Amino acid sequence: MEQTVDSKLMTDLTNKYPSKVARKRGKQVVVNNVGDQGLVPPIQANVRTIPGIITMRGCSYAGCKGVVLGPTRDILQITHGPIGCGFYSWLTRRNQTRPPTPESPNYMPYAMSTDLQEENIIFGGEKKLKKAVEEAITLFHPRAIGIFSTCPVGLIGDDVHAVAREMEEKYPDVNIFAFSCEGYKGVSQSAGHHIANNKVFTEVVGTGDMKKDGKLRVNLLGEYNIGGDAFEIERIFEACGVTLHATFSGNSSYEEFASCHNADLNVVMCHRSINYMAEMMDKKYGIPWFKVNFIGANATSKSMRKIVQYFGDQEAAAKTEAFIEAETAEVKKVLDAIRPRTEGKTAMLFVGGSRAHHYQELFHELGMKTVAAGYEFAHRDDYEGRKVLPTVKVDADSRNIEELTVSPDPARYSPRKSAEEIMTLNDKDFRMGDYEGMMPEMEQGTLVIDDLNHHEMDVLLRRCKPDVFCAGIKEKYVVQKYGIPLKQLHSYDYSGPYAGYRGAVNFYREIDRMVNSKVWSLVAPPWREEPQLRGAYVAG
Amino acid sequence: MLLRHTPEGIAEREALTIQPAKTCQPIGAMYAALGIHRCLPHSHGSQGCCAYHRSALTRHYKEPVMAGTSSFTEGSAVFGGQGNLLDAIQNIFSIYDPDVIAVHTTCLSETIGDDVNQIMVKAREEKKIPEGRFVIKASTPSYVGSHVIGFSNMVKGIVEGFAAPGGARGGFVNVIPGFVEPSDMAEIKRIARLMGVTALVFPDTSGVLDTPQTGSYEMYPAGGAPVSALLGMGGGASTIALGPIASGPGARLLDTRCKVPCEILPLPIGIRATDALVNALRARGGNVPDELAFERGQAVDIITDMQQYFFGKKAALIGDPDHLVSLTGFLTDLGMLVRHVITGTPGKKFVTRIKEAAQTDDVNVREMSDYFYLHQLVKSEPVDLLFGNSYAKYMSRDEDIPLVRMGFPIYDRIGHQYFPIVGYRGAMRLLERMLDAILSRQDRDAPEERFELVM
Repeated sequence: MEQTVDSKLMTDLTNKYPSKVARKRGKQVVVNNVGDQGLVPPIQANVRTIPGIITMRGCSYAGCKGVVLGPTRDILQITHGPIGCGFYSWLTRRNQTRPPTPESPNYMPYAMSTDLQEENIIFGGEKKLKKAVEEAITLFHPRAIGIFSTCPVGLIGDDVHAVAREMEEKYPDVNIFAFSCEGYKGVSQSAGHHIANNKVFTEVVGTGDMKKDGKLRVNLLGEYNIGGDAFEIERIFEACGVTLHATFSGNSSYEEFASCHNADLNVVMCHRSINYMAEMMDKKYGIPWFKVNFIGANATSKSMRKIVQYFGDQEAAAKTEAFIEAETAEVKKVLDAIRPRTEGKTAMLFVGGSRAHHYQELFHELGMKTVAAGYEFAHRDDYEGRKVLPTVKVDADSRNIEELTVSPDPARYSPRKSAEEIMTLNDKDFRMGDYEGMMPEMEQGTLVIDDLNHHEMDVLLRRCKPDVFCAGIKEKYVVQKYGIPLKQLHSYDYSGPYAGYRGAVNFYREIDRMVNSKVWSLVAPPWREEPQLRGAYVAG
Repeated sequence: MLLRHTPEGIAEREALTIQPAKTCQPIGAMYAALGIHRCLPHSHGSQGCCAYHRSALTRHYKEPVMAGTSSFTEGSAVFGGQGNLLDAIQNIFSIYDPDVIAVHTTCLSETIGDDVNQIMVKAREEKKIPEGRFVIKASTPSYVGSHVIGFSNMVKGIVEGFAAPGGARGGFVNVIPGFVEPSDMAEIKRIARLMGVTALVFPDTSGVLDTPQTGSYEMYPAGGAPVSALLGMGGGASTIALGPIASGPGARLLDTRCKVPCEILPLPIGIRATDALVNALRARGGNVPDELAFERGQAVDIITDMQQYFFGKKAALIGDPDHLVSLTGFLTDLGMLVRHVITGTPGKKFVTRIKEAAQTDDVNVREMSDYFYLHQLVKSEPVDLLFGNSYAKYMSRDEDIPLVRMGFPIYDRIGHQYFPIVGYRGAMRLLERMLDAILSRQDRDAPEERFELVM
């Protein structure tokens, strides 16, 4: 597909819709146009999905329990509700973790649920929840317990927070906290991210005092260690002399969360799911943040340079440069061999709240063009940049999600950088506390679609026939029936890592396999190409 | 260890389910609805339910799984989801053009008490349902039963939605196949066809969730029970329900509504249970052709040839009740010792059924239980072979017990979509997989001097 989006395509995307639907969807489909200072056309995002539309989106519970807390191994997690939600979020997101010793706690392979029954829905589930917490403590002796509410819990009026408090009084050694992440909150997973951020911030962050050695102490926010991404980033940090205090939340521990206020910088990977935490930690503890991206070899180098420059540490800077040189040389060898086979091919990415942006880096390195992209649950700032935040309309669905008022901690607030230092950094294009969004980095005329649905995807596939389509499991086999390979960017198709240098190499090889695979040539049977074979009957 | 916190001794629990051996009703209802030709299942609840069910079914089948959702917000949760469902029905017919929308509820819409019947009436009044199209429904609260009950409830919904009394009786038999794979449904159809019995199998996901790669995507594949046939189910000579839990209630409802007599049989897993199906089809005018007799003979031949490897082997089973009852009977026929049998689905009769099938009271059986409990049982009394879904692989690895994957979900292997475990051929496939597991283990563990070439 050429980069210009023809008007016919725009019509085709929505002309099957009833007029009300067409009007609404029209605001969520935009042709990119990058103007001065990265100004892009507005796109409607973070609004309700229209009932009946086959959407990619999930719910608040999935965003809270599945995305943000799911990757933690030693916060024992109890889903409070009927069995389904706990079941579906059981090990399906591929968050990897490495407990330090064979005895260290790791509750990730265990799904726990109160499995609410009809009588609990009628008479309330608090008693069962208390009992479940007690049973979990007796069996597992966890350091912390998270309770996750599902849809009916909010409706029957169970006070999960009161239960958490009461149980914590009874078991003071266990930090027990609850998340009101009922599935109907908000319009997508995004509400759940916010709810998770709030609770982890108020109940966990700042409750511990572990300090890690090192001069450059950093928290990595919004990295969930799918397919081992966090392991690769850990390797890079270590090689560059940067101390990773806590990752939110891939391969993390409760202790690291609790003491993360002892770090001196927060770097943000997935802006959508964790920017709240970064903002709140800045306000309360004076830890500044900036956006990084470890997807793509160049993006990784850029991000690492930024981190060591922030600290102004010469030794680390030298180490980092040497490391980058060695790693990029390895990456280049692979890329040089692959790129002639991927150059000029096209990709579409419709996934997540950051991944659709991040992965464009890798495709760019492969010489491939991202012709259309969009997020599943992002907000306008993820598309257009944080500069639009003051103009984002807060609707009823967002207002229902608590926005915490955070003030500086009287004892522990200590700005790591003065206002002047921040300005100096910004002069060097550090973009402190900022995210420029996906659209300013996309080419002119490319297509941006928020909350892409099945019908629109179908139109894109038929009309544009991209060489690779990136989305999730629900979309995978639809796309592939068309003979177009789909790369899952939630689960990575059970491979990875794709972050950092080694991840980039994995991704190059993977995309090379996908866009150049011979398997698709098997699809058309010989009788379709050549309907009649000449021959003679044996018994003529 | 993957499950490093599972203790040796059994700790009884009242409130906490750990590693569930069931999931919720709506996914079973969604699966059943996919067994109607040109049907779009619809989840009346929050988006997450639909996303989770579609994801789970897609991981299990590696096929597209389409369904709509009412996309509840906090407002709909408070004020009711009528508006959402009415919009959804209109949008679905306009955009996705199905013949049928099969609505199932969720714990959310059930808790707030949405009256789906009334909403359907309103949708019809407001002409949101085009002429000749259908909306059917099942009430599937997630806090009752399990995915198997959800399947059963959607089967009842199909009966309610399509069955009409009156009309000529006979000419065909209704068969409700149970919560089994597309391959199993296809096999049941094949057996009926071989025996010369015209069968209306519903739901029928064969041709829907096992579709070929053709280079083109069809939103509604060729398979599924056609609406035209379903409309005539009330004229069936009788109904055969395979599996009392998943299929029994639908068959009984059809009997009540349209006076179609029903017979409820175990799922045809294993020789005897398949014999029961074949006998039921014989009683309805079917003949056993040589081809089927040949298959039975082959299956029994494998058993007699390889009997020594099954005899005395201990087994632990976890899964859905209808499957487990038949499997227990089959393993007992092979001379195996069924030691632990766990289902997550509630139902007191399960315990007696398993003991009957195992022909002994000396078996640990529990309904409404979980993997964690089974794991503790296995730690206290180890077994030679484990049967369960993909989640069983964690226990299998930790305890070093070979696993035969069976049931739902299977996320990490293929085969269940394409190759049945019901019927005589299904028995052969099960035997092959069990032998492969048992003999591979013997090969792995044998001392060098006892490593056998011929087995």
